[in-house]
Amino acid sequence: MEKDGINKPARVLWRLGYFLRELIVSTLSVGPIPTHVAFIMDGNRRYGKQQHLNQGGGHVAGYLALKLMVLYCRELGIKYVTAYAFSIDNFKRSPEEVRCIMDLMVEKIEQELSQVDNTFSRMGVRVHFSGKLELLSQPAMDAVKRLMAATAGNSKALLTICFAYTSTDEIVHAVQETCRRKLAPDQIEGKGNYVVKVEDIEKHLYMAVAPEPDIIIRTSGGHRLSNFMLWQSSNTCLITFSQLWPAMSCWHLVWAVLKFQRNYYYLEKKKKQM
Amino acid sequence: MDFKKEVRIVCGWIAYFGDLLLRLLWHLVHVIISLFYFTLGIANALESYLISWGVLKRYRSLHVNKLRYLAIVVESEEAYETSKIIALLQWLADIGVKHVCLYDMEGILKKSKDFILAKVDGAVLYGETHENNKLLDQTHMTLEFASFCDGKEAVAKAANVLFMKYVKSGATDQNQKGHIFTESQMSEALKTIGSGGPEPDLLLVYGPARCHLGFPAWRIRYTEIVHMGPLKSMKYGSLIKAIHKFTRVQQNYGK
Repeated sequence: MEKDGINKPARVLWRLGYFLRELIVSTLSVGPIPTHVAFIMDGNRRYGKQQHLNQGGGHVAGYLALKLMVLYCRELGIKYVTAYAFSIDNFKRSPEEVRCIMDLMVEKIEQELSQVDNTFSRMGVRVHFSGKLELLSQPAMDAVKRLMAATAGNSKALLTICFAYTSTDEIVHAVQETCRRKLAPDQIEGKGNYVVKVEDIEKHLYMAVAPEPDIIIRTSGGHRLSNFMLWQSSNTCLITFSQLWPAMSCWHLVWAVLKFQRNYYYLEKKKKQM
Repeated sequence: MDFKKEVRIVCGWIAYFGDLLLRLLWHLVHVIISLFYFTLGIANALESYLISWGVLKRYRSLHVNKLRYLAIVVESEEAYETSKIIALLQWLADIGVKHVCLYDMEGILKKSKDFILAKVDGAVLYGETHENNKLLDQTHMTLEFASFCDGKEAVAKAANVLFMKYVKSGATDQNQKGHIFTESQMSEALKTIGSGGPEPDLLLVYGPARCHLGFPAWRIRYTEIVHMGPLKSMKYGSLIKAIHKFTRVQQNYGK
């Protein structure tokens, strides 16, 4: 028998799946839940080749995987999610590929803003872009600013998309901004205070919008950070999965949270020592 | 009213037992995971013995030339085990690794630097090779010692160096919108203050978790980070396996 176009077995399966997800979330929530999870979304191109998709198809699949991950993180109560979408080094790729990624980003932002597919807004997620955004094309920069403004009032979670980002650029930028502030005529700390401290640099990092990550997950089997959140990851649980990013599932996130819980007391002790 | 009160009491008991069941389930899941890791540990130990005895053919030849610079991060509590550190360094010397950076957060290894250098055959301090004899680094192992203060604090010191230069240059127009510092200037500034060591190709973490514990951020952009477990259960075969895996990695560097 069909109701609203969905047959009974499908509805039963959906309800079972919902109950299973609730059970998983309730069980995991007995232990500490990470506040901030970061993802290095590696493997979109390889996924596109494996699945024989058109150019950019792998990145579309990667975007869908990101939305699902944000949904799972929201259900688990993870307040901060960061995704490494595009590195400054990625500008070395072919101009066609770079343009394809920029166009995809603009297209998905427009869908979000026009409520055709406003998943993030419906989840109450504020979207923030971190990186050297002046490297983006003008249409991309405008779309980014509009999305940030449109979701600024959302407070259930923060999704930070690192675009045109590298950690070393972030550090240099933070040092630069610190020095500019110290030279500004209206600077509060008193004229002639030309001493740069670690706290000054941390205030001006692109990622100052979020606390340090508890977990950094990298897909596609890579064991490196690739110039991502090097400053912020001193006490971060680093986890690698061999699966390509678009093939990530909620089970990978569950496994990552379980690993975090196993190391929680050790990492908290290290944070207090620093 | 009594009925509502009774319903509330029953709901309270259901919630209590439900919570208890969830806690038991959580503990059960973690016990299963611990058993899994225990079994995995036994399998890895067996494999490392097979590697040490030369039984596994693929680990017999190691292209260690690909490993130009190795970093080892040690949990500070285990850094007091200098005999283990020395044994590890001897293994690395036998394998043919030429340049090693030893890091622990609290600087325990730095304090034991002279003892370690004296005990490891042919080891010299990194930096002395460049000052004295460039040929030294072909036959000797260079050792660098680093701690947490070589990370963020070093970047702050380097920032001060850059800032002073900038202020002295007189180009301090606060309306300047362009970039006043570059990454290569930061690298130079870090070298000036003595924290400009090379970027390790591979970083081995000896401790309870895969976490770099504040290793200087500027130097681990593309470094492979591998977790080796606690130092007390270090094995030669595991070391060979980690280096062998590294030599087979291919990096695109963003392309």
